[in-house]
Order: sequence, then C-alpha cells, then structure tokens
Amino acid sequence: MRRVVLALTLATLGAAALLLTWGVDGHWDFALPRRLETLAALVIVGAAVAVATVVFQTVTASRILTPSIMGFDSLYVLVATLIVWSTGAATALAMPPLALFALNTGVMLGASLLLFRAVIGDGTRGLYTTVLAGVIAGTLFSSISGFLFRVMDPNAFDVLMADLFASFTSIDTTLLAVGAVVLTAAVAGAFAMARRLDVLALGRDGAIGVGLDHRRTVMLAMALVAVLVSVSTALVGPVTFLGLLVANLAYRLTGTHRHGANLLVAMLVAAVALVLGQALLQHVLAFNGTLGSLISLVGGVVFIAMLIKESRR
Amino acid sequence: MITLDSLTKSYDDHLVVDGVSLELPSAGVTSIIGPNGAGKSTLLSMVSRLLGVDAGTVDLDGLDVHRAPSREVARRLAILRQDSHTPARITVRELVELGRHPHSKGRLTPACHAAVDAALARCDLADLDRRGLHELSGGQRQRAYVAMVLAQDTRYLLLDEPLNSLDLVHATALMQLLRTLSDEHGTSVVLVLHDINYASVHSDRIIAMRDGRVVRDGTPEEVITEEALSDVYGAPFRVHHLDGDRIAAYYR
Ligand SMILES: Nc1ncnc2c1ncn2[C@@H]1O[C@H](COP(=O)(O)OP(=O)(O)OP(=O)(O)O)[C@@H](O)[C@H]1O
Ligand SMILES: [Mg+2]
Repeated sequence: MRRVVLALTLATLGAAALLLTWGVDGHWDFALPRRLETLAALVIVGAAVAVATVVFQTVTASRILTPSIMGFDSLYVLVATLIVWSTGAATALAMPPLALFALNTGVMLGASLLLFRAVIGDGTRGLYTTVLAGVIAGTLFSSISGFLFRVMDPNAFDVLMADLFASFTSIDTTLLAVGAVVLTAAVAGAFAMARRLDVLALGRDGAIGVGLDHRRTVMLAMALVAVLVSVSTALVGPVTFLGLLVANLAYRLTGTHRHGANLLVAMLVAAVALVLGQALLQHVLAFNGTLGSLISLVGGVVFIAMLIKESRR
Repeated sequence: MITLDSLTKSYDDHLVVDGVSLELPSAGVTSIIGPNGAGKSTLLSMVSRLLGVDAGTVDLDGLDVHRAPSREVARRLAILRQDSHTPARITVRELVELGRHPHSKGRLTPACHAAVDAALARCDLADLDRRGLHELSGGQRQRAYVAMVLAQDTRYLLLDEPLNSLDLVHATALMQLLRTLSDEHGTSVVLVLHDINYASVHSDRIIAMRDGRVVRDGTPEEVITEEALSDVYGAPFRVHHLDGDRIAAYYR
C-alpha cells in the first residue's frame, strides 16, 4: 500500500512538472500562471470525480455504475440547456460567471439528489432495476434537451455548446477558487466517513446488524456525491467514464476493501491520468481541450468490456 | 429478555407473521423450527430491526428495538442472516473486525483485537484469517460470518440457519460452541434450525412455527414428539430415544 501511494505521488509530481515546464520558451511569467490554473483544475476535478465514484459504487454495491452512467451527465446537459433557454443567450452571456456557476450548481445539486433518490432508493434494489431506472432517466433527460436544442435560437445554442464540452484550460480563476474550496471540503467529508463506508459494503442488513444508521449514512454519502459531481461538472463539463476508470484501477492497485486506501489511490490515479493526459495532448498530439473525448474513448471501451464480463458470470 | 408483542407482517394481503407474542429468555439456547415459508426469517428480521413491523413491538431489556439508536441495539443483539452480502476484496479477519463496529466505530482497541482473535479461533478460522472471503468454500465463508457476529460480543445472539452449508463436524462444533457460550457466558442464543435433531439435542426450548403462527412452544421433550412434529410439518414422523436424546426420523 505505502509503495503504491508513494509511486503514484511521485508520478503525479512528475506529470505536474511535465505539464508546467514542457515547451515553455522564454515567457514564463505568462505561461506559468495559466498552466498552474490548468494543473489545479485537473487535480481538483480528478480527485472529486474519483472520490464521488468510489463512494457511489459502495452505495450501489457495484463496480460498474457511476454517477455519469446513472443519468447524471444527461441531467447536467438538461439543466444547462434549461438555464440558457429560459434566460436567453444575451442574459446568460451577460451574467457574472460566478452567478451562472452558482445557479448551475445549485439546480444540479437539487436535481441530482432527487435523481439519485429516485434511481437508487435505499440501495437495496438489484443491479438491473437500478441500471434500468438510470437509463430511463438518462434517456428522458436527453430527449427533453434534444427537443429544446431544436426550438432554441441559434445564438443561445452556441453559448450552450461552449458550456457543455469538457475543458480544463479555460476556467475562470474565481470559479476555480470557489470550486476548489467546496470540493476539498466534500472530499474531506468522504474521508471522514471512510470507516462507515467500509461497513456499508456489508449491504443494508449487515450494516444495520452492526449498528450503522443505514438511512442516514446512505443519505450523507449521496449528498457528498451530489456536491462532488455537481461542482466538478459545472467547472469543466462532463467527463463521462473517468470515474469508472480510476475507481476500478484503484481497486486493483490496493487489493483491499478499505475506503481510506481506495479513496486515496483513486484520487492519485485520477490526478496522474488527467495531468499526464493533458500534457501529452498539448505537446505530442498537439490537440487542445479534447481530454474529455480521449477519456470517453478509453473509458467507453473499458465499460463495455466490464459489462460483457459481468453478464457472463 | 426480549418481549415480542403481537408482531404482524404481511406482503400484499398475504399474512406472513400473524400476531406473534413471545418472550425470548435472557439466557439459554432457543431453537425455532418449522416448514419453509412459515415466517421464521421474517420474525427474526423484525426482532432484529432489519425489517419494519406492520404492527406490534419488540422490547429488548427495556429498549424499543425499532425506535432505539441502531448502535445501542447492536451492542446487545447480533444477527446472522440466512444470506449475507460479501464486500469485495475483504479478508476473513477484516470481516470479523467489522463485527466490532458497535463498540469501536472502526478504531480497534486491544479488547477488540482480543475479541476478534477469540472469535476466529472458535470458528476454526485462525489459519484462514488472511484469506479473501471470495477464496473460501461455502462452509468456510459461513463460519466467517458466524465469527463476525461472535466478535460483536452481545448478550443476545440471533442466528438464521447458522448450520447452512456446514459439514457434519463443523455443524456439531458450532452447536457445541453455542451451548458453551450460553452455559459459560450467559449468552442467550436464538436460532432457526432445519435439522430438528440438532434442535432436540442442544436446545433448552423449541418454538415451532407454521403459517406465521407459533404452534408449539416448550422443552424438547414437549415439542419433539411424533404428534407435535406431524402437526407442525404436516408429514409423518418417528421419534426414537437414543442415549437419552430424542431423535426424530423422517427419511421414509
Ligand atoms: N420480500 C418479500 N416479499 C413477498 N413475500 C415475502 C418476502 N419475504 C418473504 N416473503 C414470504 O413470506 C413467507 C415467509 O417467509 P420467511 O422467509 O419468513 O420463511 P421462513 O420460515 O424463513 O422459510 P425458510 O425455512 O424457507 O427460510 C413466505 O411465504 C415468503 O414467500
Ligand atoms: Mg428463512
């Protein structure tokens, strides 16, 4: 365990150094602050998504489900669409970024708590019922957004599209600072309940048997997940499948059920993957801002492989 | 003492437990027997607050089981379910350590480690303690779950078919262990059994259920009779006296 954490920490630092220094020619005072911001966004969002996924998978007793897969990303698209559609392009553009961010996050938080409660119940439904409910919710949200896209005026549509694609390189500094504070608090909250999460893995009856307040613990866990995914998605847009990848890699690396270890390692894996991915994208592939699609590609393949493996059991 | 007052549960008009009132003693071994679907597991789940009641109350030494904080209840009463959920990548020792949660909230004290070691030894798992639960046989896994509830170190021990998938030797060893816990530590053991001869030989009291009701309640001498068993199960029984024990035969 120690060695895994040490290796991942070194890898994160190495990747960070690479991202910060690679290809800077001369203009350090210009490049460094911008790159530091990107680095902060990558690390913070990676940690938030990783922690959210590990907690979510314990509550749903599954290694396949993630908030994104359970309809969260389509919910985000719907909320963003509704906000732009109802305020109009001009208002949405004129709004101070912090206000738009707060509006986005606030609505997301409420809506996602409702979604999770509706889809998961108290965590005792079977995998198939849960997946089905998530898929139905996701499809419903997508069709509503799809309808709104069509009736929306083209200017508003442009504003919306700029909002919906994952981007780590163009974040408002104030938003990043506010988001970082909220996310750090939520991550700390998850670590504080690590031992209760260990017990939660016994299932509802097992957890109650050893005296866990099951309802409260599940509610608290889902509230943390809702905060983590709402804020991180509002910051950079949906990064579907990132959580699935890093959580499962972390389980393999730690080989333990303990959440203290799994949360930490998943965070580090996410940081390495995102920072390294961004550095490589910028310099080797000379792409910009397409880290989200790269993750979706790799993650999508892994997700399908896991589904096939699970269904053969 | 656990006092059940007119416990009732139904699933869509189907009455599964029908106004059961009972007093479960604060010591001794009490077995619950009865055919499949009689409502034994449902009753035990309601007594251990895993399942809400439609009507009735459960009083555990002055504590309303369904209202009291879960942790309070868990320090006095442990429950082994008929089927348990296995967390991924957990070792036998880690599972048994979770049984200490009501006392330690996850920060194990020296007393916790002692209780865990004792529970592992009692269930013949001392050599398997570092193994993953997924790498065990069905019977070994069942013993790990038994060790977990033993480590909880409670006055009341409720077990739903603890002999599930145990071989003859381990089944007998577990019954002897429960008997010892009751005799030497004053633990009150309440267990659901399908093998009525284990109930006959090791119990102080036997409660027989059928169709959601208690139909017989008494000492093994009173319940393990041809007439009583035939009534409970609706099938013919022979009862033999062997070395002072009452052994029922139902194979032909
Ligand atoms: N969740 C449920 N929904 C609907 N019916 C249920 C549910 N759980 C149990 N039942 C029904 O309640 C009745 C009693 O079930 P219970 O599990 O208490 O029986 P049991 O005496 O423990 O049987 P067994 O010896 O097979 O374990 C059965 O007829 C069962 O079908
Ligand atoms: Mg049963």
